[in-house]
Amino acid sequence: MTGPLKIVVTVKQVPDPNSSLTLEADNTLSREKEVVLDPGDECGVEEGLQLKEAHGGEVILVSMGPERAKDAIRKGLSMGADRGVLITDPQLAGADALLTARALAAAIKPEAPDLVICSTESYDGSTGMVPPMLAELLGVPQLTFAKKVEVDGSNVKVHRQTGDGYQVVEASTPALITVTAGIAEPRYASLKGIMAARSKEIKLIGLGDLGIERGEPAETIEGLADAATRKAGAVIEDDGTAVDRIIQVLAEAKVI
Amino acid sequence: MGKVWVYAELNQGALAPTSLELMALARELGDVEAVALGGGAKAAAATLGKHGAKVVHVNEDAAFDDFVAEPATAALASLYKEQAPDLILFSFTPDSREVAGRLAARLEVGLISNAGNVVATGGGFVAKVPYFGGAKLASMKANKKPAIILVRPKSFEPSEAGGTAEVKDFKASIDEGSKRAHIIERVVEASEKVKLEDAKVVISGGRGMGGPNNFPLLEELANALGGAVGASRAVVDAGWVPYSMQVGQTGKSVRPGVYIAVGISGAMQHTVGMKASKIIIAINKDAEAPIMKMADLGVVGDALKIVPALTAAVKAKKK
Repeated sequence: MTGPLKIVVTVKQVPDPNSSLTLEADNTLSREKEVVLDPGDECGVEEGLQLKEAHGGEVILVSMGPERAKDAIRKGLSMGADRGVLITDPQLAGADALLTARALAAAIKPEAPDLVICSTESYDGSTGMVPPMLAELLGVPQLTFAKKVEVDGSNVKVHRQTGDGYQVVEASTPALITVTAGIAEPRYASLKGIMAARSKEIKLIGLGDLGIERGEPAETIEGLADAATRKAGAVIEDDGTAVDRIIQVLAEAKVI
Repeated sequence: MGKVWVYAELNQGALAPTSLELMALARELGDVEAVALGGGAKAAAATLGKHGAKVVHVNEDAAFDDFVAEPATAALASLYKEQAPDLILFSFTPDSREVAGRLAARLEVGLISNAGNVVATGGGFVAKVPYFGGAKLASMKANKKPAIILVRPKSFEPSEAGGTAEVKDFKASIDEGSKRAHIIERVVEASEKVKLEDAKVVISGGRGMGGPNNFPLLEELANALGGAVGASRAVVDAGWVPYSMQVGQTGKSVRPGVYIAVGISGAMQHTVGMKASKIIIAINKDAEAPIMKMADLGVVGDALKIVPALTAAVKAKKK
């Protein structure tokens, strides 16, 4: 048996994976495109909600971004999360992974959650560096690449995906978990959920509230060059001869 | 010349091939030392020496094998204070990035990830990192000491440099508090015929395959060609195939003789892990898909018809 769980899920607003990106003058990625709740985070929210449904407790969404990132939090609230916290500050524009982790840690610490759930990596950056930094700054163990999560009392057990299978990894709460997108099919927000989300709290906090200064970033972009591109080859419509063309290429490459 | 550390990743005693790739890079950047933690560290040290490590710091405590990231972080942090390397190189792999992330936060220095190359300039280090959907290559100067840089697998070819490392057994202070995320069981699922990373031919499927039920078509083609099957992140996320099959920035990096992308549009997340392939063949319904702009041969058509026909043709050719 397990008592109620206090669960923080980190969420991020990202450019819609189906739209193209643009660059700002200072070489940071523009967030002016269509934006959505990171699809990976939807799975994190879903996992958090399922754990809450099984054990009771509360699901708090914590995000960092411009004020309009409230929309991403609102989406998670309409799925059923209880409340949200948005760290928003002009000084955070273009924040690197460590600054992001520091801000998230400062906002999450006072909540003293049993579990922090992150997606393994964001859709836009895809580097997955914030979760281990966040775990370190919160002083908790990290249970990563989880495709399954079980909580029993203060024991958390995950199936951690590896290159050739999975590991069973366990720790005591409080702990940070990163979940892979396959862990749970995110639910659709019901009309009732969408209505209820309108009155749920989203607390806005700035860097000053967290007692954090921006500091020097780990890296400075000194220059941008065009990446080496491969020359496009022939593009052919399959009119029944495509297989022959492929066979020809395979033969030239000496794989058949 | 600065002092460069390579974090040697050991998987149950076996030295990860990516660590030797890092050695090839590190030799260009300064005086190379490696750190190897866990069972097999001393045996790995001999190999690391052949690849150019002058010193290998080893500790064979079982905690490094049994607990995720934290014991290694503690050991590296304390050894860093004593040795003060200028640069620490990690492989951009799931296990190494967890250690690198914690270490970068503990030392309060941050890091640069997803580098394809690193160059030494005027006492510092500049990493080359794909940017803006892979269309640009950013030169990122590391501002902190130590610089922590994660290098994408398959960016360098391992090569022996001759030499023998001095093996230094160091005392790691692994306090009980870092023995928390405990690996209690390891389950091997993959029936590894040909390893994806080593395959001469890789056939990867994406959303355009229509569903998981159609992936056996790719398996049959791979069997006929003696190759391996990979996948895009989109279908791994959708649960069609396991993560072990993901090719891309955070999946596996491959550079086979021939890469066949089937129903994959070609987002940077994917292409960064396969664009070093010698020949790329793309099969896609959409002539405008980004993958078509980098393929040596792009076929616009129905993958579900073309793939079985191709398998039959390959088999016929072999007879």
